[in-house]
Amino acid sequence: MLRYVYGHDLKAHPRLADSMFRDRGAQFADRLGWSVAVDARGHERDTYDALDPLYVIWELPDGTHGGSMRFLPTTGPTMINDHFSHLCAGVRIESPLIWECTRFCIAPRADRRAAVGLVLGAGELMLNFSIEHFCGVFDPRMERIYKLYGIAPEVIGQSGTGPQRIAVGLWEMCHAAHEDMLRRLGITRAVSRDWFERSMHAPVPMRESA
Amino acid sequence: MDSEIESILEQLQAARDLSDLQRATEAVRDHYAIAHIVYHWVSSTGDQYGAGTYSQAWVDRYLEKGYLRLDPVLHGCQQRFDPVDWKQLDWSGRGVQAFLREALEYGVGNQGWTLPIRGPGGQFALFTASDRCDDAQWSAFIARAQRELIILAHEFNKKALEFEHGRGGAPAPPLSPREQAAITFIARGLSRAQAAQEMGISEHTLRVYIEAARHKLGALNTTHAVARALSRDAIVL
Repeated sequence: MLRYVYGHDLKAHPRLADSMFRDRGAQFADRLGWSVAVDARGHERDTYDALDPLYVIWELPDGTHGGSMRFLPTTGPTMINDHFSHLCAGVRIESPLIWECTRFCIAPRADRRAAVGLVLGAGELMLNFSIEHFCGVFDPRMERIYKLYGIAPEVIGQSGTGPQRIAVGLWEMCHAAHEDMLRRLGITRAVSRDWFERSMHAPVPMRESA
Repeated sequence: MDSEIESILEQLQAARDLSDLQRATEAVRDHYAIAHIVYHWVSSTGDQYGAGTYSQAWVDRYLEKGYLRLDPVLHGCQQRFDPVDWKQLDWSGRGVQAFLREALEYGVGNQGWTLPIRGPGGQFALFTASDRCDDAQWSAFIARAQRELIILAHEFNKKALEFEHGRGGAPAPPLSPREQAAITFIARGLSRAQAAQEMGISEHTLRVYIEAARHKLGALNTTHAVARALSRDAIVL
């Protein structure tokens, strides 16, 4: 199932959070060879994790991390605007209708449903929050995976060679892709909405009768 | 109907003091024919300021009772950045229930939507729309107006930041050369596809450049962004 969890709420999901940061370490440091900081527990975290981002996480039946990505509004600090604006022709990508999406990660234990679920989750954010675009820094070696799920980003700039290669990409809402992801997961929109609402809503709703 | 929001945005950008912000909240409320619009800046030290259409009696009551302490809208929004429907918040607890009853008595409304805004250097503000209606009517309204409300929220916040930095302290950032080029081509009547081709970029990238320019110009949409760029002399045809 999908969970939408703010950074400060990760402590309510210790197993999920631990396996997410561990899988990020395995993917970004070990497999992709990025020069990222990994702590003694094998957790990969950067300064943007400290900004209380919103994580969309695919949870496996055993409660561990199957895949995840991290969102921040571009009206605040973002990786692109802080470090990679030279790859965007000097345009600072900043708008309340654009969020940054980074650290797209898939656990080795996960099956194809993980990536499909994440794409679905990104679509739910767009539909529910009136977001029109996502932008993000990604490893061009991931493009093949993105293509597989019909969510190849528009690459607006890239630099470096080998493991240092990095690209800035854009994604926008595609309603057909959203439908396709539901079909691939074998769930209805109602189920997807339910996952979203269970994460985003407090357990006790406001009563009009009060 | 768009043009009315456009003129409210113009009014907002011309605002010189808090009373102008106040009038802008009234104009937004009237445009949507809802109960309230409120812009509320809360500093990390608990100081607050803002503008809005809540009754003076409610504002006084809120301040007198120090409701900032327990207001679920503030507490629920402080650690997030997505738009929040008040039904998502935790209204349990005796104190909060009493607060809710009072809010309803003072005409705040039984429905609410709040956008938390994280500004520069830890600045934090809330932009709220509220009304008295049923759930279906409210979600239909939010579905229709959310994009505009998000844009309005950020324009109120830009203005408040400008006031905070003192007159002339935080001028609107100029368009970058690529944003300027994108807006200029559209202003000359080129289609997005043609403009993208002229600039040697994809249409999607062009849309993002235009969106970045729209946000800088405080415009509602592309057409409005073009008009604002022209009136500000930000582009030359």
